[in-house]
Amino acid sequence: MLGKLTWSAVPFDQPIIMITSGVIALVLFAILALVTVKGWWPYLWREWITSVDHKRIGVMYVLLALVMLVRGFADAIMMRSQLALAAGGAQGYLPPEHYDQIFSAHGTIMIFFVAMPIVIGLMNFAVPLQLGIRDVAFPVLNNVSFWLTAAGVLLVNLSLFVGEFARTGWLGYPPLSEIAYSPGVGVDYYLWSLQISGLGTLLSGINLTTTILKLRARGMGYMRMPVFCWTALASNLLIVAAFPVLTATFAMLLLDRYCGFHFFTNDAGGNPMMYINLIWIWGHPEVYILILPAFGVFSEVVATFAGKPLFGYRSMVMATMVICVLSFVVWLHHFFTMGAGANVNAFFGMMTMIIAVPTGVKVFNWLFTLYGGRIRFTVPVYWTLGFMVTFVIGGMTGVLMAIPPADFVLHNSLFLIAHFHNTAIGGVLFGAMAGYTYWFPKAFGFKLDERLGKAVFWCWFIGFYLAFMPLYVLGLLGATRRMQHYPDAHWQPLMLVALAGAVLILCGIGLTVVQLVHSIRTREQRRDRTGDPWNGRTLEWSIPSPPPAWNFAQLPRIESNDAYWAMKQGAHGVEPPAAHSHAPLHLPPSNPTGVLLAFFSVVLGFALIWHIWWMAIIGLLGAVAVGLVQAWRPDHEVVIPADQIAAFYGRQAAEEIAA
Amino acid sequence: MLATRLKTIPRTIALSAITLPLASCGEGVLDPQGPIGKAELILLCDAAAIMLPVVIPVILLTVCFAWWFRADNVRARYRPEWEYSGRIEMIVWSIPTLVIIFLGGIAWIGSHDLDPPRPIDSAVAPLEIDVVSLDWKWLFVYRHENVASVNQLVVPVGTPLRFRLTSASVMNSFFVPQLGSQIYTMAGMATRLNLQADRAGTYQGLSAQFSGDGFSDMRFQVVAVLADQFAAWLDTAKTSGGALDTAAYRAFAHPSKAVAPTTFAHVEPGLFETVLTGWTSAASHEEH
Repeated sequence: MLGKLTWSAVPFDQPIIMITSGVIALVLFAILALVTVKGWWPYLWREWITSVDHKRIGVMYVLLALVMLVRGFADAIMMRSQLALAAGGAQGYLPPEHYDQIFSAHGTIMIFFVAMPIVIGLMNFAVPLQLGIRDVAFPVLNNVSFWLTAAGVLLVNLSLFVGEFARTGWLGYPPLSEIAYSPGVGVDYYLWSLQISGLGTLLSGINLTTTILKLRARGMGYMRMPVFCWTALASNLLIVAAFPVLTATFAMLLLDRYCGFHFFTNDAGGNPMMYINLIWIWGHPEVYILILPAFGVFSEVVATFAGKPLFGYRSMVMATMVICVLSFVVWLHHFFTMGAGANVNAFFGMMTMIIAVPTGVKVFNWLFTLYGGRIRFTVPVYWTLGFMVTFVIGGMTGVLMAIPPADFVLHNSLFLIAHFHNTAIGGVLFGAMAGYTYWFPKAFGFKLDERLGKAVFWCWFIGFYLAFMPLYVLGLLGATRRMQHYPDAHWQPLMLVALAGAVLILCGIGLTVVQLVHSIRTREQRRDRTGDPWNGRTLEWSIPSPPPAWNFAQLPRIESNDAYWAMKQGAHGVEPPAAHSHAPLHLPPSNPTGVLLAFFSVVLGFALIWHIWWMAIIGLLGAVAVGLVQAWRPDHEVVIPADQIAAFYGRQAAEEIAA
Repeated sequence: MLATRLKTIPRTIALSAITLPLASCGEGVLDPQGPIGKAELILLCDAAAIMLPVVIPVILLTVCFAWWFRADNVRARYRPEWEYSGRIEMIVWSIPTLVIIFLGGIAWIGSHDLDPPRPIDSAVAPLEIDVVSLDWKWLFVYRHENVASVNQLVVPVGTPLRFRLTSASVMNSFFVPQLGSQIYTMAGMATRLNLQADRAGTYQGLSAQFSGDGFSDMRFQVVAVLADQFAAWLDTAKTSGGALDTAAYRAFAHPSKAVAPTTFAHVEPGLFETVLTGWTSAASHEEH
């Protein structure tokens, strides 16, 4: 009846897991109870859960990512404390079967459910505003994408207290991830949650690519697009090209595990090397899917706060697209040690190094954007400068490992761990935090607290160096990744320093929450009535904060780069929208397809993981039915009458004058 | 003369920049004991020396530009329209390009010189060793001596070591940081590796590819000894250990953790080939 699912799937004998589950359940219950008691359900359902507004969906993506950051970080600090203890003969407090799940979950969650949603969230929020349009190309699909990601998140978290998570590392290399060596449900949780959320990511990539290619403001040729939109285009093209590879690779592993196929098994002609190649053909572009939008954020922040246009715009665009293309011909550098031969290794090593050229150009261009500027040291600028200093170190260690013989001694060591955290934290996370602080006032109409924001930055910045510089050293001393204990007692001091760094980062995460709560409570003092709190250059700053559902009452016409800056400098200045006569606007209505699809996806995924076939059929039929209903739904739109639009702008103008 | 000295300066700077904080702990990759490891450390330091002259100025310039062009510095000249300079663009593209051309050459030559299957040039006849990774221990078979050792690799100093490697279960990576290159062990596939220990001593070896619950204890010691001591060790191993025939191998292959070093006196000939091809033959057996 319930397949492999029995009461023994719940780890009652594991106090850490049971207490964690209990706390999570309690918090969830408290939140749900609060929402119910306060009667917020109709509002949440109407305005957020079923919303097809790209801004709201963007906000939900970022919120999801921040929540999962806490989960992923909990794994991180357990790993750091385990390794701080398990020196010499000591075994620490986490046995291998538990520790192996923790590092697998940490990697999976941080990449797929923190970095991806925060980057997609920022693109979702900012790209249509920067392009001067009312929404993405496919608003309902956008909502579906978000909820499929959320479904993946739910499944991953379910593995914490029903069953187990994968013990294979975050990429699940076979043959270890095959049924012969991993007979439990852990790998299935991993595969199904990533299949479901991966579908969401692919749909989101299609959506944003179409949006950028087809729906720009009048006059906005490609060479007038803000750089963030360029990096978003590159990133989404990579999603469209790379994610099907991931889905197909996982599908083959699933066939191995469920139907006795032999794609990647040791026996019957299976070839695990094929999986490792395929997963990295997705995996290396994935790195750039994450970092390119972060580069875009830094470009916007540097130009805005230096008060001058981005230096070398065309170079920046070219560098972005060169990285986009080259990212597909470097995957083998993740396994030089497989023994592919000197010519193959040397080719991929050199291609990897070539990517450092456009990346280097970008760093120089940011540098020369600072030159001659009038720099305001706001929180986004802190993150950007911290990134520039940190990222060049990560870039250098990356090029070091691109030399195949050097990689022969550094591969899979803690040096590698330090390198990719150097770029992931110093690049993606710093970029995400810069973007979060930069666009927060646009999304909510008030600024985040500056002092707390700077404290958050210093915690992350110093915390990063404390946590990862010792790992570079340990890697050179011969420490490898994923070890649960180590015999060399004299490594312990460095491990303790790394733990101290992790604790500092914990303070940073805590202060982020404090900053958010404090800023919301004092929002009236921080209110921005102008819609342009940073003296911005791109179109998103030309509209009120938070923007109305329709973004732009009149679709703007663009005549140059930095369109809003040009308007502000122009002879006529910026015409207030209130001065116009308005035509009624048509917007797509909110739509429950996404959340229903996600519900049935979770049912389907859970049933497949536990081999509950009848439930899987219900999940599948439910999902298909939701899709069919959506396909034949009556085609109606919400009409916003002209006087309502005029009233909105009238109120805005009055508030601005009053302020 | 001057050229050689100039050439060594950046290397010395890079070496000291990396090793100074570690001066107290000579171990791992930083303290190589064989030609492969030494060449790889030199390559690492050369590459760092080539890149640091670009990386350090960029870091300094970032801090300097940001500080000087702060909004309240009245002495800094504000150029609100300055966004392009062909000259700077050219420099900006050529600096990383030149660095990468240089490094690319190093990578190409290094990849060929230090390719793991490439034999080490030496007047001494190489010692051939077959490596099998199992759940979760290492089996080293001295092919011509018919002796096997578990979780301990005794080798003669100054002799090229020629490895063939495979796995009896999941993937692992055979790695002795102080000797140099690591290489994957994979079921049904034989990888090749050449190493050499120049000085007598005990060096840590490990699996560098996660392979399951017993992974952290998949460590072994490489004991490099003089030729006569090695001969003596072989004699002891030949007389004292048990035999490693098919039945003994089956029992041995059963998963076990933190296995203490031991030796086998007589190894069934062709054991490595059996492990290597066992996967395909087992499958074809299943089909019939």
